[in-house]
Amino acid sequence: MSETAPDRFGLPGTPIFDGETSRRGLRMNKLFMSLRTAENRERFLADEAAYCQGFRLTPEQQQAVLDRDWQAMIDLGGSIFYVYKLAMMDGRSMQYLGGVFTGMGEEDFLAAMRAGGRRDG
Amino acid sequence: MAEVIWGLATSHVPSIGAAMDRGKTEDPNWKALFDGYAPARAWLAEHRPDVAIVVYNDHANGIDLDFVPTFGLGTAEQYEVADEGFGRRPVPDVIGHPELALHLVESLVDEEFDLTVFQELHVDHGFTVPLSVWTPDPGDAWPCPVIPLLVNVIQYPQPTAARCYALGQALGRAIRSFPGDLTVGVLGTGGMSHQLAGARAGFINPEFDARWMSAIETDPASLAALSREELIRQAGAEGIELIMWLVMRGALDDEIVKVHSDYFVPASNTAAGIALFDNRAGRSG
Repeated sequence: MSETAPDRFGLPGTPIFDGETSRRGLRMNKLFMSLRTAENRERFLADEAAYCQGFRLTPEQQQAVLDRDWQAMIDLGGSIFYVYKLAMMDGRSMQYLGGVFTGMGEEDFLAAMRAGGRRDG
Repeated sequence: MAEVIWGLATSHVPSIGAAMDRGKTEDPNWKALFDGYAPARAWLAEHRPDVAIVVYNDHANGIDLDFVPTFGLGTAEQYEVADEGFGRRPVPDVIGHPELALHLVESLVDEEFDLTVFQELHVDHGFTVPLSVWTPDPGDAWPCPVIPLLVNVIQYPQPTAARCYALGQALGRAIRSFPGDLTVGVLGTGGMSHQLAGARAGFINPEFDARWMSAIETDPASLAALSREELIRQAGAEGIELIMWLVMRGALDDEIVKVHSDYFVPASNTAAGIALFDNRAGRSG
């Protein structure tokens, strides 16, 4: 199993959630979607590894979830809209994730957005 | 016959709904966005349709990745507001319009748009935020029954921009062929430029957004000609959802009159746009 998705269009820093990525990430994305209910969040927090195994995540996916390695979750087939469910559970914002993905940190990322957003080049 | 009386394009960023739900519309980081909505809201309050159609996408709340319908239409009598994981938004559930919806399905399938039919669907922020942009204080009920039209924009391959525009044109014909007298508003949601994941997260392209905002009114065919790759390059990986504006635009006449538009950065990590078009003003004379 390949570790990371190829850049479909060769656009730098632009993951494309395509069918192959979705196939690889299906189990993990189902886990993220399950976290919409308080009952499942409690079960997850009580034993995260067991919860991941219940959804049959790959060892790499499970490690990414346990480590809150957001970039690895995307690389291993996570859809940002699904990954965000886990981030929300942790009280993390989309600006926090943006800070992680860009390496800027949340504060600088938020400042860049308020200054009009980031540009190419 | 039924008649489309207006089209509204608007972003559906969840934080716009959250800002309203938490009373932050006067917050300095949000005020300009909501001030920019005011003229559209005032006009819409004077032009209430009998039915609205919201073109939107789900975000891991109503459907999951077990099923990825390219296009779907809801035929239910009611749609429950989804709990996305932090409690449902304090807004009314949605009353549907099965009679018009079933007519639309039949008409669109006859035109070879083979939609997936939803008889039960929980609607998420992609659906309710545009309703809140239209009607900030709905009270116990939204202004009219609403039909959801779903578009897959989160898993590649999304439908092409051209297909979305063609679907909108067929939707317009389907509405006009409805045997009852109904007025209809059509909402195209999502956008504008944004990207949520990857090293390019936070990408905003105001030049492209300005071009889109202008052409959606006067030259939608030029936007329908854009490839997925070009849309992702110009509008960001998630900005491709702007194709849903083309479904709305296709349902309107060629000649329309812009009532109001506005543009704001940032709503969360997104460039937020609103554009309201009168579909009847162009017909006078």
